Amino acid sequence: MWTYERRLQYPVKITKCDPKIAQIIISQYGGPDGEMGASMRYLSQRYSCKNRKVAGLMTDIATEEISHLEIVAAIVHQLTKDLTPEQIAASGFDKYYVDHTLGIWPQAAGGIPFNACEFQSKGDPVTDLVEDMAAEQKARTTYDNILRLVKDPEVCDPIRFLREREVVHFQRFGEGLRIIQDELNFKNFYAFNPDFDKCKRKGNCTK
Amino acid sequence: MNKGKENMLHFINEVSFVLDDVSLFLDTHPHDKSAMAYYNKYKKIRNEAIKEYENIYGPLTRYNVNTPDWTWVSSPWPWEGE
Repeated sequence: MWTYERRLQYPVKITKCDPKIAQIIISQYGGPDGEMGASMRYLSQRYSCKNRKVAGLMTDIATEEISHLEIVAAIVHQLTKDLTPEQIAASGFDKYYVDHTLGIWPQAAGGIPFNACEFQSKGDPVTDLVEDMAAEQKARTTYDNILRLVKDPEVCDPIRFLREREVVHFQRFGEGLRIIQDELNFKNFYAFNPDFDKCKRKGNCTK
Repeated sequence: MNKGKENMLHFINEVSFVLDDVSLFLDTHPHDKSAMAYYNKYKKIRNEAIKEYENIYGPLTRYNVNTPDWTWVSSPWPWEGE
């Protein structure tokens, strides 16, 4: 169960419209390393995860990612909400506008629709956590790329917050991976999948 | 948004973020006593701040509507940037 709180995790208050930058930032809504993929990745992975600490971590980071999805959408919305047809035509926003007007729709900056193939749920905690650590770094790089193009401090500020959270999540997932590996035989972490394979003798498979 | 409301919401955002961050740390360090004390300290501060805010400016969640009318939908939504 999720409960909506009437606030953003980090405030967004943008006073100048900028449809060009909005088209870039929307990649973190529905692009390959965006917040939609992040939240759905961790929420999907947690069911097979037998380690309760790591399943809890996946739930809590996924929940935060949903609030980041809301922040990115708020940025795109506020960058585009007062556009005139002339501004739409002049900025290149017309290709998005023709299908979605000023609605928020999950796509990459290049126009590719959100696709669940962009995130993995493999049912093996080592595999999934390594995926998650890579995902956080890819999102961090994307925010770095955005920050090189954005000049408006009202836009940079929330983007910097989101970037910083990717670094923290990477750290926490790394600790999650350590927790999983601490319960495995250090001579061969990959001898079996702790979320799938059954051990015949207790103590044989684990350290 | 008026200044008083903005300041109170800003404070709620700050203390909520403390809890967001320390709870992720506690997920991977559930026996860390100082992190747990930090969590408890800010949980109390957050609960008090939310109670105070909701009494003046209306509900932050739909479980906390305590006015005769349905005030959940009567103020700007967070993404509006008002």
